[in-house]
Amino acid sequence: MNTKVISLVSIGAHPTSGRARRAEQDARAVELGLQLAGDNLQVLHAGDSQEPALRAYLGMGLEQLHVLEQPAGADALGVLGDYLRDAGAELVLTGSQAETGEGSGMLPFLLAEQLGWPLVVGLAEVESISNGVAQVLQALPRGQRRRLKVRLPLLATVDNAAPKPRQSAFGPARRGVLAARQVEIVEDELFTGAELQPAKPRPKRLKVIKAKSGADRMKAATAKASGGGGQVLKDVSPQAGAEAILKLLIEEGVVR
Amino acid sequence: MSDIIRRDPRAEWIARNRLHPLHAAMQPAQTSWMGPNGIIRKNPHGVGFIGPNGIKRIDRSGAQQGGAVKRTAAAEVQLPLHQVLQPAFYIAVVPDMVGGRLSSHDRDLLGLAHSLAGIDGAVMAVVFGEHKETAFATAGVDRLLLLQANEFEGYSPEQRVQGLRAVDNQFSPRHWLLPDSRSGGAELGRRFAANIGERPATRVWQVKDGQCTGRAGAGQQDLTRSLPRLILAAAECAEPVSDTRHEVLPVELSTSLLMRQPRIEDLGAVAVDPAAIPMAEAEFIFSGGNGVKDWVLFHQTAAALGATEGASRVAVDDGFMSRDRQVGASGTWVTARVYVAVGISGAIQHLQGIGACDKVVAINLDPGCDMIKRADLSVIGESAEILKALIDAVEAYRNEAKRDAA
Repeated sequence: MNTKVISLVSIGAHPTSGRARRAEQDARAVELGLQLAGDNLQVLHAGDSQEPALRAYLGMGLEQLHVLEQPAGADALGVLGDYLRDAGAELVLTGSQAETGEGSGMLPFLLAEQLGWPLVVGLAEVESISNGVAQVLQALPRGQRRRLKVRLPLLATVDNAAPKPRQSAFGPARRGVLAARQVEIVEDELFTGAELQPAKPRPKRLKVIKAKSGADRMKAATAKASGGGGQVLKDVSPQAGAEAILKLLIEEGVVR
Repeated sequence: MSDIIRRDPRAEWIARNRLHPLHAAMQPAQTSWMGPNGIIRKNPHGVGFIGPNGIKRIDRSGAQQGGAVKRTAAAEVQLPLHQVLQPAFYIAVVPDMVGGRLSSHDRDLLGLAHSLAGIDGAVMAVVFGEHKETAFATAGVDRLLLLQANEFEGYSPEQRVQGLRAVDNQFSPRHWLLPDSRSGGAELGRRFAANIGERPATRVWQVKDGQCTGRAGAGQQDLTRSLPRLILAAAECAEPVSDTRHEVLPVELSTSLLMRQPRIEDLGAVAVDPAAIPMAEAEFIFSGGNGVKDWVLFHQTAAALGATEGASRVAVDDGFMSRDRQVGASGTWVTARVYVAVGISGAIQHLQGIGACDKVVAINLDPGCDMIKRADLSVIGESAEILKALIDAVEAYRNEAKRDAA
């Protein structure tokens, strides 16, 4: 396949230790890119080129990784948009949201808006690309899939439904080249007014029973789960019963 | 039985007739009276009443009940109506409406919207396409805007953003609230934010004093900032509305929508292997229990319906299903939208496991079992015959759909 694919990567943080690592979803974006484009995949990062965690992406079998040199806290949106427009990419893959910083997951949406490209959320598989039109599978909650047809150039985010990333090997990670490029630095104004704090545990929601008397409270505490007022079909033929069940299943949209 | 207290002329007649054998029983029970020396005398045997099992019961809560009079549950309480005649501003909520109904996440969001609206503002729900919800009033919707057009059918995020833009232009809500959920709200909210150029607060779990707190990064940090116009709130961000009833007044867009050509074409859902979907997140579960005698037929029916299979503890213990298919307290707690229970009587442990299910269908021989009380639709009968009929009905339905398409 000779489609130009670019994967955008960021530095992740380990969920327990907080140590820098390759970001889980971005690694999946690289994996999907490698499966689509092989050695022609281009991987792009905006941030510090000296970060050792970046080499974990190189260890997936990349020869080089392009870095747009930026300090922490800078806005990556403008420089990434300019770069992608000039690079002539046709398919850009990213993770859904960053593991550090704000992590709002807005970057792919803002990039798509800036570039004027269509955006597919939760890409699971690219089925075919022909004549500048891609047919892709989108991952939905509850393990479902949806088939979409989108015109290239296309921006797509991947989440945990995308293929599992391959292991990062030490040798290729050492040999790979981090190609840094100097870009204009735009400060993100968010952290002038807000601050990151360690996450507070969320209060557990209590089951509040609004009862006037003790008897009502007792009833609420001991009540069995019941829908109440369900329809009961008694003394009907099996066919009529099956029809009623099928009607409900079709209404709920689970039988297609 | 109604709550109206009725006279019993026969009992009154017996009470008047001193020669009637039941005369003594019909005398009004006197529990205390003034004695000859001015002392209050009490008859301790007179208190209480004979309960349904023939045992004397004493109710000290004040509300004496029991005896022959069996009262039904209290009548439906009419909640006070919250009215906003001239809304000073709007708080717009775009619920997910999974399966056409408000999810619990949507209700939490409407509760948050009410805390932002106060008494002057109106909460406006923007609903795309058809819906099946009947409880907008108690969920806290003051104004309902239905956007129904062919363009909003199926997966149509770009058209929906256009629709929201039109709503934004006409009503200019003070806040937009969307659920930060995978079932559509997170995507639509972010697309809308990028389109109107607002910076949203995401994964918000607390709103207090004009500040909102949301998770940041991989969930290890919190970010507190002043309340922006667009809020993507996490589940359980606020208490749902529970004390008031709301007038669900319909509002409409004054302008017609101008749709651009969509760049994403929806080719429809793809059939996935139902057995590969983890039980906990399967949408449609077909579950069998002790009442299922023909397990081959059970598997055939599940395959015909395209449902994920589940089982009760008995079926697993007897070796008809594997342990990872067990639903209930010691198995998997499922969240299916539709749960079909075949031959499961509904032990409390099983009912706990299906507590989050939306619609429950029961096929059972025993009309008095607990599963029937929980179910929205129950069919009483022999499961094997009903399952056979169900397979036939599904095949007939599919063939008809195919013929219509051709």
